[in-house]
Amino acid sequence: MSAEQQPRREVVTGVPRAVRRPAPGYAPARSEISEHTTVGATYVRSLMRSQLRAALYALGALALLVGSLPLLLALPAAFGGRPFPAEPAVWAALGAGVYPVIWLIARWYVRRAERNERDFTTLVEGR
Amino acid sequence: MNQTYAVAAVAAVVLATVLVGALGLRISRTTSDFYVASRTVGPRLNAAAISGEYLSAASFLGIAGLILLQGPDMLWYPVGYTAGYLVLLVLVAAPLRRSGAYTLSDFAEARLQSAAARRLAVLFVVGIGWLYLLPQLQGAGLTLEILTGAPDWVGSLVVAVVVTGAVAAGGMRSITFVQAFQYWLKLTALTVPALFLVAAWLGDDAPRARFDAPSAFREHTVVRVDDTVRIEIDAPLTLTVSGTVDGTAYQERRLTLDEGAHTVASGTALAFPEGARAPERAHAEAGPSGWSQSLSAGSDGHRLYATYGLILATFLGTMGLPHVAVRFYTSPDGRAARRTTLVVLALIGAFYLLPPVYGALGRIYAPELALTGDADAAVLVLPDRLLGGLAGELLGALLAGGAFAAFLSTASGLTMSVAGVISQDVLPSRGVHHFRLAAVLAMAAPFALSVVSENVPVADAVGLAFAVSASSFCPLLVLGIWWRGLTPPGAAAGLVVGGGSALTAVLATRAGFAPAGWRHTLMAWPAVWSVPLGFLTMLLVSLATARRVPSGAAAFLTRLHLPEDLADRDLPDGEPRDWGRPAGSGGDRGGDRGGQAGTPDGDRTEGAGA
Repeated sequence: MSAEQQPRREVVTGVPRAVRRPAPGYAPARSEISEHTTVGATYVRSLMRSQLRAALYALGALALLVGSLPLLLALPAAFGGRPFPAEPAVWAALGAGVYPVIWLIARWYVRRAERNERDFTTLVEGR
Repeated sequence: MNQTYAVAAVAAVVLATVLVGALGLRISRTTSDFYVASRTVGPRLNAAAISGEYLSAASFLGIAGLILLQGPDMLWYPVGYTAGYLVLLVLVAAPLRRSGAYTLSDFAEARLQSAAARRLAVLFVVGIGWLYLLPQLQGAGLTLEILTGAPDWVGSLVVAVVVTGAVAAGGMRSITFVQAFQYWLKLTALTVPALFLVAAWLGDDAPRARFDAPSAFREHTVVRVDDTVRIEIDAPLTLTVSGTVDGTAYQERRLTLDEGAHTVASGTALAFPEGARAPERAHAEAGPSGWSQSLSAGSDGHRLYATYGLILATFLGTMGLPHVAVRFYTSPDGRAARRTTLVVLALIGAFYLLPPVYGALGRIYAPELALTGDADAAVLVLPDRLLGGLAGELLGALLAGGAFAAFLSTASGLTMSVAGVISQDVLPSRGVHHFRLAAVLAMAAPFALSVVSENVPVADAVGLAFAVSASSFCPLLVLGIWWRGLTPPGAAAGLVVGGGSALTAVLATRAGFAPAGWRHTLMAWPAVWSVPLGFLTMLLVSLATARRVPSGAAAFLTRLHLPEDLADRDLPDGEPRDWGRPAGSGGDRGGDRGGQAGTPDGDRTEGAGA
């Protein structure tokens, strides 16, 4: 507040080089994307590829940690042994245990996807 | 059970739904408000609304009933319902929001630039919506029947009328409020009684639920059989019969039944002494009620296959449910859509901890439900059974209210999306007025079906809708979002072959056409083969018709994947303009664009300051 009442004197020299940004809409990479040139297509493809990779990692984790459970639970019985995980273990795993796992995979994915987009924006805006 | 409290609770829920809906109606001013809440619903409110909409009768009643009948294998249902949202999140959430498509048929048209693909998608949206609405209405009928003894169409009618009224009057904005409210209502209605029930169970020396053998009656119990049933007994059983067993009529006669199968005629009362083992329905009975039995009965191979069938259907089917897809349109941007989904996962994960508790307790304290086939009622009868007295009645009333919240919320979401599609694509002229007519149409068909068709366990019936959705819309969305080469003929072929075969297989099984053994299992759980079939058909036919890749495909994919702050201002008009027009009026469209542009600008300022 006080700064507003009594403005400090400052030296004005223009925007420092490091901070300067091209005016919005004129960033070279961005106009590439707008005009659907091959370079623009390459940019978008790279974003899609990184997003798809994140999605596949998440799906892989889901398949490995949750999707494999029926097989794991069925295997001991198939070899004629007594069912290895006792019933309480099945209840604990399917009734409660999988939910935090699913949520953590989701949180990892959301962070990763947002980071990919941030990186892409930085790249395109040429900062 | 005293009806007064339960009826009061159900009436209160219905009234609250109407009131909160009316509140939304007053706020809902423009056409855009009416359809998509002007796309300004924040992640928390939207997530509660999505969860409230998603947790249907199948979740509230059905899971507990199936666990009571068939044991812990049925836990895959809630796990699948939850994991489906993870798959949705990673593959389609943000791109679907950025596509600007309101319904799945909008998406099909925008992506493929083909009116034919749109019409085909409409067919599947309406079909899946109706398949999913049917069990909601039947669940409502069952609930009211258990609570008051009213004929089962009464409950269906109550839900049908309230939902059609709310949807036609308030539109999406009021639905968002109603559903957010109903999520918390459902969670409370299931949590509070569960605490009391578990306390009572502990006070009863915590007996273990047994799923490898028929459970025993804990006290002298009289069971009335409403429909003729074949039961199977593995040891001689002494009981008192009033009615007809194996074709002979008895009047209050004490009787010992031998091992094996017996037929109990409808209207018969069976009195079981304390400690008697509850007979179960004969497995050979290949009726619709024996649907999930291939999951728990039969050889290990069948069981494993059926489990994976269930997993594939629920994991991949969630993204194609009409009422789920519509919800993403209400998020302001793709990033918010992702964050919303993350909150949804937490909310529904927390909810799904509860139904298994009811299932296990039902196995111990209400074993006769396996005999009468009303296992879906397990949640409702437990408070009366375990606690009794006023506490039991009050908690039972709370559960009944929660169950009605479940029917109302899912049914209104489904009606909303089915009506949206009908008003845009089936009825000749557009506008809010026609939307109201469409809402009536959307509800009339499943209501008529629910009156005439036979009841099946709610969770099983919902599983059918998931299987069809996983085999039709999942390939369309995944390939449409991640692969440039998708062509209209490819998409159409994939929808018809994948979705069509899943639908045929499931309907044939339900009608009793499937032969016993492996072929029955294959047809009852089609997702394992029909999902790859749908994907393959879509891929191969698209590759064969590669010259028909839509001209705007690259631009559209760019739009799907670019963050809004880059995409929204700079993309030229090469993109398809014809998508996502809720009402088709020019003014509305302009309003949407304006609303959307606000957010990316906000983001930009933030970014520049950082």
